Amino acid sequence: MSAPAFTLNRNPFGKLVFVGADGIAHEGVTPVRAFALTAPDEGIALLSAEGKELLWIDRLADLPAPLRTLIEEELAQREFMPEIHRIVAVGSFVTPSTWRVETDRGETELILKSEDDIRRLHGSRHPRGLLIADSNGIHYLIRDRDALDAQSRKLLKRFL
Amino acid sequence: MRAICRQFFLIVIDTATLRQTATPMESVPAIATLEIDLDERLNFRPGLIQLYAHEIRAGELSWPLSAALTLTHSDHGGIGTLELADDRRLLARWRYTLARNPAALRFEREFNRLRDSLISGSPPATTVAATCPICKAPLPPDEEECPNCARELHTPPSTWVLLRLWRFAKPYQGMLFAGFLLTLAATAATLVPPYLTMPLMDDVLIPYQNGTPIDWVKVAWLLGGLLGAACLAWALGWARTYILALVSERIGADLRTTTYEHLLKLSLEYFGGKRTGDLLARIGSETDRINVFLSLHLLDFATDVLMIAMTAVILFSINAWLALITLIPLPIIAWLIHIVRDRLRTGFEQIDRVWAEVTNVLADTIPGIRVVKAFAQEAREAKRFRDANRHNLEVNDRLNRIWSLFAPTVGLLTEIGVLVVWVFGIWLIAHDRITVGVLTAFLAYISRFYTRLDAMSRIVSTTQKAAAGAKRIFDILDHVSSVPDPVKPVPMPPVTGAIQIQNVHFRYGNRAILRGIDLDIRPGEMIGLVGHSGSGKSTLVNLICRFYDVSEGSIRIEGVDLRSIAVAEYRKHIGLVLQEPFLFFGTIAENIAYGKPDATREEIVAAARAAHAHEFILRQPFGYDSLVGERGQALSGGERQRISIARALLIDPKILILDEATSAVDTETEFEIQQALNNLIRGRTTIAIAHRLSTLRRADRLVVMDRGRIVEIGNHDELMAKQGHYWRLYMAQSKQLDEPPPLGEPEKEALPPIVLPEPKAAEREAVA
Repeated sequence: MSAPAFTLNRNPFGKLVFVGADGIAHEGVTPVRAFALTAPDEGIALLSAEGKELLWIDRLADLPAPLRTLIEEELAQREFMPEIHRIVAVGSFVTPSTWRVETDRGETELILKSEDDIRRLHGSRHPRGLLIADSNGIHYLIRDRDALDAQSRKLLKRFL
Repeated sequence: MRAICRQFFLIVIDTATLRQTATPMESVPAIATLEIDLDERLNFRPGLIQLYAHEIRAGELSWPLSAALTLTHSDHGGIGTLELADDRRLLARWRYTLARNPAALRFEREFNRLRDSLISGSPPATTVAATCPICKAPLPPDEEECPNCARELHTPPSTWVLLRLWRFAKPYQGMLFAGFLLTLAATAATLVPPYLTMPLMDDVLIPYQNGTPIDWVKVAWLLGGLLGAACLAWALGWARTYILALVSERIGADLRTTTYEHLLKLSLEYFGGKRTGDLLARIGSETDRINVFLSLHLLDFATDVLMIAMTAVILFSINAWLALITLIPLPIIAWLIHIVRDRLRTGFEQIDRVWAEVTNVLADTIPGIRVVKAFAQEAREAKRFRDANRHNLEVNDRLNRIWSLFAPTVGLLTEIGVLVVWVFGIWLIAHDRITVGVLTAFLAYISRFYTRLDAMSRIVSTTQKAAAGAKRIFDILDHVSSVPDPVKPVPMPPVTGAIQIQNVHFRYGNRAILRGIDLDIRPGEMIGLVGHSGSGKSTLVNLICRFYDVSEGSIRIEGVDLRSIAVAEYRKHIGLVLQEPFLFFGTIAENIAYGKPDATREEIVAAARAAHAHEFILRQPFGYDSLVGERGQALSGGERQRISIARALLIDPKILILDEATSAVDTETEFEIQQALNNLIRGRTTIAIAHRLSTLRRADRLVVMDRGRIVEIGNHDELMAKQGHYWRLYMAQSKQLDEPPPLGEPEKEALPPIVLPEPKAAEREAVA
């Protein structure tokens, strides 16, 4: 990507301001990943506060470094997908079940409403990955279910 | 019809008189023959109409061919009518059931050919050799059915159905044979221990009671033999069960996938006539039942039969008389089994049907739960389910009455059999004919196989169940698709989007839905189909998609008959957007790429942009990776529709079919979708059905249909000027809004979308 025909800055209120080729400034721009799971770093869209697409970025890596960090920072603030490293205990083997898990963001409890909320991921990125939606709509990622320790795998197996 | 229907006379055709009409002309074969099967009062009575080069003959009557004669064909409610008239009055009328309809149409065709040649004075045009619509082979002259394809299976269900499973067992015959050998060996091993009790009794224990000390070495040998036989039986039994279970599981899996693959190839007509619950049950539980039967019951039964045979041989070799007495109850039990078998068979089939009924209630109610709740009919649905369940109970109860009697009777016979052996054995010992050891061995053997007989009797029910299951599976497998792939498909010509519809008739059941549609669609043209519900618009579209085959006439793409092109090959060129978009369980990206699974992300995004779906997709939590479908994220109707438009766009079809694509959404969403559609329509042959006439203003030609016929063709302005059917439809829509009809300069986009009064559902039901 050559010199971008837009500017992106963070204003004093912490909001992103986008000025496109037409010179109109949009405040409160949000970056969105089009393929959040299968190709998170490809296809990033900048949406205006009204949900209109302002800019499409094919690949995050193509952007100049300061811009990229700005977008990545913003994405990081909006994305909350703890990654489960270990399942410590599960309340019961019938749902709804309360799981104690260790994640990359610390230890927590999640409530699994039904087995349907465990989504198997496909594709090259997480071929053996799982995405677990808890009762509050938070998504927990298991990057590779085979890489978990034996105890976690044993517990997990009862739900798959 | 002419206006002379007042004073017609009816012809009664009598077969008796027919035989007397042997005239010198009989030597000339008839050009066409129609065997009718009804008389004028619609009683079943056979009759014959024959067409000769110069006359039509029916029984004793005949009419010379002339230019003034007309033969008209019509049908209503399953009964076809042929009417012969001249320019003044009706001459004759014949009736027949629709089974004769193809022959009647052929008769009419031949008649018209002859009459046309009379009018023009030229020799009759040679008839094009008719071809079978299924295999494309030329049909024998004067026959309407292809002898190859007309074979249908009408065999009643029997246990022999299970033999047809061999087709699925064949790939595993090596393993099956190994399994059989192992069974043989394992059974033999289990028969060794009772045999060893004989010397143990006669040579060790009884001599000891008579004062001889126990020979410990011999005892060690005999007991060692018992242990060895038991271990051998264990090892062989394990190997055989494992191998055969492995095979049967594979057979079951093959059966399931084959059935499902076959099911997917069947035409929509088949699915229209079946209920989801029933099909689910067939593929799911029936295959499983067959599977369990093969891996458990049949295996056990085979082992038992082997054991009985081997035991019989051993018993006879020891003592023929005692063996005979021991085996006497066997034929009695076999006879008992035979009697109960017939009663149980019908019972189990009935249970299957009732069970399908139970699942059908669920399959009906759960998808329609909103309707149920909205009309507060929970109680009624619960009652329906309870009724179905009660019916299930009743049928089961009736069957169990016989069934429950069965097992104890076998038990009683067993006990009596053992008693007989005791009595006869003691008598033989008393006469020094056998030793105590022999009697002990006999008792050990029969207690074994009599207990097995009890288990064997269960084979009756399981075989019946499995046979019933197999029959229902083969019902699907034997069903030939009514839109079959041609045997020798013509390669698909380069598609530009030219479609010729020539004299297309379509009949669903006994209802004629399309009657002679002729339409020539040019490449890139947009055709709007307009008409009341039930006028045949959706049916025509279904025929163009080849979801069904035409009853008569032909649809050609680039000049090639659809029926001679491979179905899948043809459908690759068709993009379909339905009124209710169906999204599969999966991600948005997968749904868009449904018709082209190897599409790149860029292609998917491009299609979504063109379909105006990109932005709302980005608002989903995982963008294109968000789940939709049955239990996925909730998307609105308009959003789902735009995903389905993106799906159609991605495959870049030459022919696009929009079946009420925008009728399920509000006007604002319709505007969005309309924009998306405009992208889609560009450069493609488009056939659109819409009940909001305003959405069809862009069409090059509007085709107005009424009761299965095309009544008007033209663009909006022409049709409005004509003040015909279209004008009336348009007015009806405008009046609904209490607005003056916009007759002047039409301002294309600003027209309010207007809704036809008829609900769409009725028409879809008629076709489905």
